[in-house]
Amino acid sequence: MEKKNINITLKVWRQKDAESRGQFVSYQVKDINPDMSFLEMLDVLNEDLIKKDDIPIEFDNDCREGICGTCGFVINGTAHGPRSGMTTCDVRMRYFRDGDTILIEPWRAKAFPVIKDLVVDRVAFDRIMAKGGFVTVRTGGAPEASTIPVPKENADEAMDMAACIGCGACVAACPNASAALFVGAKVSQFALLPQGRPEAKQRVQNMLAQMDEEKFGACSNHGECEAVCPKKISITSIARMRREFWKAMF
Amino acid sequence: MKLDSKIPGGPLAEKWDRHRFEMKIVNPNNKKKFRIIVVGTGLAGASAAASLGELGYEVKIFCIQDSPRRAHSIAAQGGINAAKNYQNDGDSIWRLFYDTIKGGDYRAREANVYRLAQVSNQIIDQCVAQGVPFAREYGGYFSNRSFGGALVSRTFYARGQTGQQLLLGAYSALMRQVGEGTVELYPRQEMIDLVLIDGKARGIISRNLITGEFESYAADAVLLATGGYGTAYYLSTMAINSNATAIWRAHKKGALFCNPCFVQIHPTCIPRTGDYQSKLTLMSESLRNDGRVWVPKKVGDKRHPNDIPEDERDYFLERKYPTYGNMVPRDVASRNAKQVCDEGRGVGETGLAVYLDFSAAINNLGKHTIEERYGNLFEMYKDITDEDAYEVPMRIFPAIHYTMGGLWVDYNLMSNIPGLHVLGEANFSDHGANRLGASALMQGLSDGYFIIPYTIGDYLAGIKLPKVSTDHDAFKEAVSEARTRYEKLLSIKGGKTVKEYHKELGDILWNNVGMSRNEKDLKKAISEIPKLREEFWQNVRVAGDMDSINKNLEFAGRVADYMELAELIATDALYRSESCGGHFREESQTPEGEALRKDDEFTHVAAWEFKDLGKWDLHKEPLVFENVELTQRSYK
Repeated sequence: MEKKNINITLKVWRQKDAESRGQFVSYQVKDINPDMSFLEMLDVLNEDLIKKDDIPIEFDNDCREGICGTCGFVINGTAHGPRSGMTTCDVRMRYFRDGDTILIEPWRAKAFPVIKDLVVDRVAFDRIMAKGGFVTVRTGGAPEASTIPVPKENADEAMDMAACIGCGACVAACPNASAALFVGAKVSQFALLPQGRPEAKQRVQNMLAQMDEEKFGACSNHGECEAVCPKKISITSIARMRREFWKAMF
Repeated sequence: MKLDSKIPGGPLAEKWDRHRFEMKIVNPNNKKKFRIIVVGTGLAGASAAASLGELGYEVKIFCIQDSPRRAHSIAAQGGINAAKNYQNDGDSIWRLFYDTIKGGDYRAREANVYRLAQVSNQIIDQCVAQGVPFAREYGGYFSNRSFGGALVSRTFYARGQTGQQLLLGAYSALMRQVGEGTVELYPRQEMIDLVLIDGKARGIISRNLITGEFESYAADAVLLATGGYGTAYYLSTMAINSNATAIWRAHKKGALFCNPCFVQIHPTCIPRTGDYQSKLTLMSESLRNDGRVWVPKKVGDKRHPNDIPEDERDYFLERKYPTYGNMVPRDVASRNAKQVCDEGRGVGETGLAVYLDFSAAINNLGKHTIEERYGNLFEMYKDITDEDAYEVPMRIFPAIHYTMGGLWVDYNLMSNIPGLHVLGEANFSDHGANRLGASALMQGLSDGYFIIPYTIGDYLAGIKLPKVSTDHDAFKEAVSEARTRYEKLLSIKGGKTVKEYHKELGDILWNNVGMSRNEKDLKKAISEIPKLREEFWQNVRVAGDMDSINKNLEFAGRVADYMELAELIATDALYRSESCGGHFREESQTPEGEALRKDDEFTHVAAWEFKDLGKWDLHKEPLVFENVELTQRSYK
C-alpha cells in the first residue's frame, strides 16, 4: 500500500512566558510521512525554525511511548488529539488528511499555569499526592508479601486505577477544570486494596482538601475526563472517591 | 590508584549481614544535621530519598522532569525478579545470584550480586505493602512468570507496566516525605556539575530549566541516580531527556567510569522507518515465547512475507540454537539478527529488520490465546506501524536499551570520590557485561531502599565534615565555568543543528561500536569522534537564549558531553579485545561464531580515570570468583 506524504497547516499557541500574553501563530509543514508521530512532526518544524533563526516551539515530552505522562496538549479542541486512549506522543500523522489545519493549545486550567508555549506547570498534582496518595509504611517495615492476599478482581481493578499517568488531560478536558478523575483514581486504587485501609479517611479528606486549595473545580459528571483519558480510567473511580468521602464523615 | 572494593570478609552468604553490623550508625539526633543531595527520581533516586528522609536526614532531590513520577524507570514493562520461590520450582537466593552472575558473563562482583539476590525478597515485601498492584491468581496470591529465558518463574509483574507501578510506589513514598518536610523537591532542574571541596563531594550546580539560572546547593553527600548513557547512540529505547551529563560531569571531576563498552542491545524493538525518527520503541521480550524469528533464505527476496513458502524461510535462531531456539539471551538474538541483515536478507523497506511470526502460535493456540497474552503489544505495534501482526509477521530489529557500564562504586555504592555515591543504572556494579531481563528494577530499588540507607550512615558517621556554604569559591568557579560553557554554545550560531550532530555521533557509535565490533572500526570511531566534536564546537547552531525554557540549549549541553563520552565507549571497546556479554569482538569468537571470553586477560573491571579531553588512565579492579566457576555460556 503506497502512502502519500501530506502537507498541513498548524496554528500553535505561542507564549513567551507565564506573564506575557500569548497568541496563535501559523506554520506550514510540508511533505510529512504519515507514519511520523505528531511530536516528530513538531521536531521537524522546530529544526526548520532553528535554521531560520526563529525560536522553536517548547513542548514537554519524554518517553514518547505513552507511559510517562509528560506530553500533552489540546489538538483540534481535544486533549491528546483525535483518538481516545492515547497520549499526544502516540498520535500519528496518518490520522490527518492532506491540507488539514490543526490547532494546538496547551492544557488550559487555573491550576495549570502556562510556563511557555505549550508547557504548563502541573506541580499541583504532586502537592495533592503529598497529602495522601500513599500507604504509610516505612522502608523495611513491611510484612512478608504473601501475608496480604488480595482477590484477583480487586488487584485487577486496583491496577486499572493505578494506571493513571498524571498527564492532566482529565483537567484540561473538564469544563470545570476538575481533578476528580486524577484524585479518584488514586483514592480508588487504595480503596480496593487491604493495604490502604487504616488511613483511608485521612487520605480522601486531605487529598480533596488540597484539590480545592489548588483551585481545581468541582466535578459535575460531564464525563469528558474519561473520554480523553489515555489510560481509559473510568469515572466509576470518581463515584468510589465520593463514597470514600462520605464514609469518612462517620 | 588502588581500587578498594571494600568487600567484607567471610562466606558469601554472610557478608552483607556482617557488614551491616560492622558499619557505623549516625546518632538519630544527629541525622537532621546532615544534608544529602539526590539527583534523579527514578527507582533508585526516589526510593533512596524516601528512605533517607524517613531516617531523619535532610534530603534535597532534583529531577529534570516536571514531576518525579516521570523518570524513565516508568517505561520498564516486563517485571522484577525476586527469589521468593512462591512457585516452588526450585528457586533460591543462590540460584538468582548464580543466574545473574552467569548472565553477566562473569564480569560482575560476586558479593554485590549475591547481596542483590538477598534483598530481592524484601523489595517485593516493601512494594506490596505500598499498594503496588502486582498480578494475582484467583486465590489472592501472586502470579509469577518466567522471563528472559530463566528456568524458574521468579518474575513479579503488574501487567506490562511493572516499572510504572514500582516507580509510582517509590514516588508515593517520596511524596509522603515531601509532605512531612524531610525531603525538598526540585523539579525541572538539571545537574550541570559536581562540586568538590577538599577532595570530597560537597554539592552540585544545577540549572533551573524554567529561569535558566545556575543554582548552587551544598551538602554532606551527593547521590547520583541519573540512569544510563544509551542516548549517546541517538536512537535508543530511552526517554528523550535521559542523558549522561550528571555522571559525565562527575567523571570529569575524578570519578572513575567503568566498562563503558558494556551496552545492552535489545532484540525486540520496532524497526526505524525514516530519518525523522526520534526514538525506538521496545516491545516486551515475552513476545519471543510464542513468536518465531525468520528471514528469507534468498538474499534480496522482496516478496510479501505471507507469499514466501515455508521451505524458503530461514528460522535462523531455531536452526543455530536447537535447545533455546527463539529464547536465546538478548545479546545472542540481537547479534544474529544483525548478521542476517548484513548478509542482505533483512526485511522491510530498509532491509534492517527480521520477522517475528505468530502464525504458528495462532494456528496451535488460537487467536484468542495470543490476544490474551500479547493483545496490548499487538495494538501498540499497529498504532506505530499501521500493520496487523495477527495477519502479517511483525518486523523487529535490535536497539540500544540499557547500559551496564557506569561510574565505579565500592560495596557501599560510593565512588572513588568520598561522599559521591552512585545508584541504579548510573553505576556499573551488578550486571557485568549483560543484564538479565527483570533485573534492572530489582537493582534500582535494592540500591535505594536497602543498601544506601545503611552505607551512607557509615560514611557520615566516620568522617569529620566542616560546614561549607555555597559562598565557597569552588561553587562560584563551577557556576562561572558552567555559564561560560552554555554561553559559548549559544554564541557559535553555526550551520548545523544539535540534532544533526547528535545523529551523526549516533551513527558513528551504532556502526562502529554497536552489536559487533572489530579493531578497524573501533579505531575509525576513535579518530572520527574527536573531529566531529571539534566541528560541533565550531559550527553548532543553538536557538534561543539562556533565561527561559530552552530545550534546544539543554540538548546542546548534553550532546556536548556525549561527544566526549562516545570516545571513551570506543576506547574501552578497543581495549577489551575479548567478547563477553553484550560486547562482541569479532576477533574473539569460537569456531561456531559464538562469543569467546579471555578470562586470563580480562577478568577485571576496566576503570577509566579522566586526564584530559580524549585522554584517560586505565585502572583495573580484578574480579575474584570464589564461589562460582567460570564457564562458557552455551545456548545450543
